[in-house]
Parts: sequence; C-alpha cells; structure tokens
Amino acid sequence: MAKSYYDPADLRKFGKITEWSEELGNKFFDYYGKVFEEGALSAREKSLIALAVSHVVKCPYCIDAYTKDGLQRGITKEEMMEAVHAGAAIESGATLVHGVQMMNKYDKLSM
Amino acid sequence: MTQSILTDIKKAAKKSLKAQQDALANTQKQLEILNGGPFEDGELPYFKDKIAETGQFPLKPKTLEVLQINVGYMCNQVCGHCHVDAGPDRKEIMTRETMEQCLEVIRNTGAHTLDLTGGAPEMNPDFRWFVEEASKAGIKDFIVRSNLTIILANKKYHDLPEFFKKHNVHVVSSMPHYTRGKTDKQRGDGVFDKSIKALQMLNEVGYGMPESDLRLDLVYNPSGAFLPGDQAAMEHDFKKALKEDFDIDFHNLFAITNLPISRFLDYLIASDNYEDYMYSLVEAYNPAAVENVMCTNTISISWDGWLYDCDFNQMLDLKVASKVKHIKDYNDDILSNRDIIISQHCYGCTAGAGSSCQGTVA
Ligand code: SF4
Ligand code: SF4
Repeated sequence: MAKSYYDPADLRKFGKITEWSEELGNKFFDYYGKVFEEGALSAREKSLIALAVSHVVKCPYCIDAYTKDGLQRGITKEEMMEAVHAGAAIESGATLVHGVQMMNKYDKLSM
Repeated sequence: MTQSILTDIKKAAKKSLKAQQDALANTQKQLEILNGGPFEDGELPYFKDKIAETGQFPLKPKTLEVLQINVGYMCNQVCGHCHVDAGPDRKEIMTRETMEQCLEVIRNTGAHTLDLTGGAPEMNPDFRWFVEEASKAGIKDFIVRSNLTIILANKKYHDLPEFFKKHNVHVVSSMPHYTRGKTDKQRGDGVFDKSIKALQMLNEVGYGMPESDLRLDLVYNPSGAFLPGDQAAMEHDFKKALKEDFDIDFHNLFAITNLPISRFLDYLIASDNYEDYMYSLVEAYNPAAVENVMCTNTISISWDGWLYDCDFNQMLDLKVASKVKHIKDYNDDILSNRDIIISQHCYGCTAGAGSSCQGTVA
C-alpha cells in the first residue's frame, strides 16, 4: 500500500479512470475538454478560474495542473495569486455570512 | 533540498557546464540519461518507436532549405536554459578558413535561408566580414540570431542595428517574457532592461515596424519546466505588452520548446522536474509535427565545420550519418540520402504544435 493518499505521479494516470467505466469516463473527458475551449470566456480566463477553484476544493492535482497551465499561457504569478485570493475571499465570505444565522439564532434564543 | 540545489545552480550560472567540469558537459552522459529512466523502464516509448507508429521511421531529409551556421559558442550571457552551454568562457570560435568553406557552400546550395547562430554570433571577430561576404551570395532570407543584450554589451556593438540594416539581415531575437522578473530569472539580472533598450534601437532604424521590410522576430521559450502555450496567443500578449509599456514593435513571435539537453537538462534534473517534463513532451506528441521538424530541411554546421542534422544534435555531438561529415567535403546529393539521427530529445520538436527555430511547425 502507498504510504500517502496523494502521489504526484497519479495525475498522469487520470486518463485511466476510463478503464473501469469507459462510457462515463469518456463523457467526462469530452465535457472537460469542451469546457476549457475558447468561448465567451477566453481559455486564459478559464485557466485562472480553474486555479481559484482548485484551491477552494483543495485538490493538489488540480493546483499542480493549473499552475503549470498558467505558466504555459504566460499568466504571471501576480495574476495567479489574485485568482487564489478571489477564491479564498468567497470561501471565507461563505463562512462568515453564516455568522448572520448565528446572530439570528442568538437573538431568538435570548430574552 | 531542491531549493538549495537551485541556489547552487544560480551561483554557478556565471559559468558554462564545460567550465564547471560538470558531468553533463559530457554529451555521452546526456545521451545515457535520454535513453534511460522512463524510456528504459518501458514507461515511455522511445522516439524511434513513436514515429514508427505512423511509418515515419527512419526520419529522412526533404529538400534542403536552411543552412544554419553556428559561428561559435562564446556568448556574453550564460542563460540557464541554454542548449549550447554558451558563455564568456567558451573559446570555440569559427575561423575565417572555415567561413570560406561555408561561403563556398552558400554560393552553390539551393537553400533559400541562411541562419547564423551561436553563442552570440556577433562576438566572432570575423562576424562582420562573414555577413558582408554571405550577403553577396543572393540568399533570400539571411537570419542572424541576436540575443539583443550584445548590442549594449560594448561600444563596438552599438552600431549593430545599422550594420544589420545595411546588409538587410533578418534579426531573430530571444525574449523570454514581457515582464522583467521572468526574463531576468532565465537570462540573468539586467537582461530585461538591456533587451528593451536594444529592441528600441532596432525599431529606431526601422526594424520590426509594421510596414517595414526589415524583419524583426522574437523567440519565446518558457522560463522553466513547462511547454510553451499557443504561439498566436503568446504573440498577441507580447505585442500588446511591449507596445503599451515600451512602444516596441516587432513582426512575429516564435514559441520554441526547450529541449532536454545541456544546461536545460541539468536544470531539469537538479530541480527534480526531468521525468515530469519528459512525460509532458511525450503526452503532447503530435505526429503531424514530425513531418516538418527542422532537421528535414536544415543542415547545421558547427564552428569547426562538422555537419549535423540540427543545432541540438550538434550540441549532443551527433554528427550526420553520412559519408560526408564535414563542410569541406559538402555534397547535397550524398547528404540528402542520410537517415536523421534521433533520440528522446526529439520529443521537444514534436510536442503540441511542434517546435523549430522558426516556431511551430504543425
Ligand atoms: S541562450 Fe543564447 S543568449 Fe543565452 S547563453 Fe545561450 S547562446 Fe547565449
Ligand atoms: S532534435 Fe533535431 S533531429 Fe531531433 S527532431 Fe528535432 S530537429 Fe530533428
């Protein structure tokens, strides 16, 4: 058994998920490929969104993949860090906005 | 750990691998690495087997179009990614005698492009004489690969833009990024500012202007263990940034993949990126790019007159597999029958849209 849950070399094997379910695997990769094509948003913009989301879902494979993708597209480290902050701000905002629920409950329960 | 190795590389970066007596200065050692690892283990296919899948082995030359002459490995810079292992400490310089032999071939060949490279070709003491003579040979496209900073390196080079213009030379220059940080990291401190100044000087005499016949193209290669992005998108970003920030014009941007040889191979290994990089290259393999890899229309000539399939094979010391191996015996017919020598570094020429000294090929 591997000693660690995550192995960087596993990212290269991602495509192998089709081996256990060809139809669903292929459908996923077709969809995935389509999503990141140039569209109303540029592929560059989508790469930055993907980087931000990678951090929010805390996927080490995605972080590796989209940091490299950004470098390949000439995206600067300043742009990358701003994207990560955008993701982090939403994530912390999502936590903090629940503070209102806490306040409501507190007030309701208090005399 | 990796970080400290990288710091060591940086400290040593003022010298070529050869001057450091680094194990990788030995081309045999480089070839061992390229043939070993994931290829030996059968995890990745050898380049030979990969191109055989589409019936492209052995790789054969087509019509000769480009003579690429390396006039010496001396350079004013010591870039971390340099596949030539060039630097101020390299003393390999083409003599006038070998230049005469090259001129003889230039005058008689059917090639329409002459491509002078180095090192910094301008540092060869006979460079100007050679350009003057070669420009008389009626070659259609006469390229000089200039690293830009050489123009500002010394007073005696300040007039290079005028000199290039006089001989209608097509200037092709490297520019790793349109931001200072990335450029200086790859090529050395201060390189960005000097490159910008040099580009402005070239623009001033007419190079790179939208309607100008004085061609100025830029070469972009990634500053690290990743592949170049889409050439057209990169060109768009470079044009916009260089124009807005520095009022610089240029014609085309060539996106070139770093091949895993020499100093770039050294960097890949020391930074623990080698295997991943080879996987990326193989994964991005594009059979359509094989059709037009550089070696199919080019002959590369070294400072001492030996003939190679390309500049990369020259740096691996893989001389052409032909009876004719030296410029003094040059013969188009015999050379065109050769098989091109390949190894795993060739994956760098066939990744994605492909890569050659003129950018993408597919
Ligand atoms: S990459 Fe070019 S400019 Fe840099 S050291 Fe090599 S030859 Fe010189
Ligand atoms: S490295 Fe040289 S021999 Fe190999 S494919 Fe590229 S141009 Fe051809």
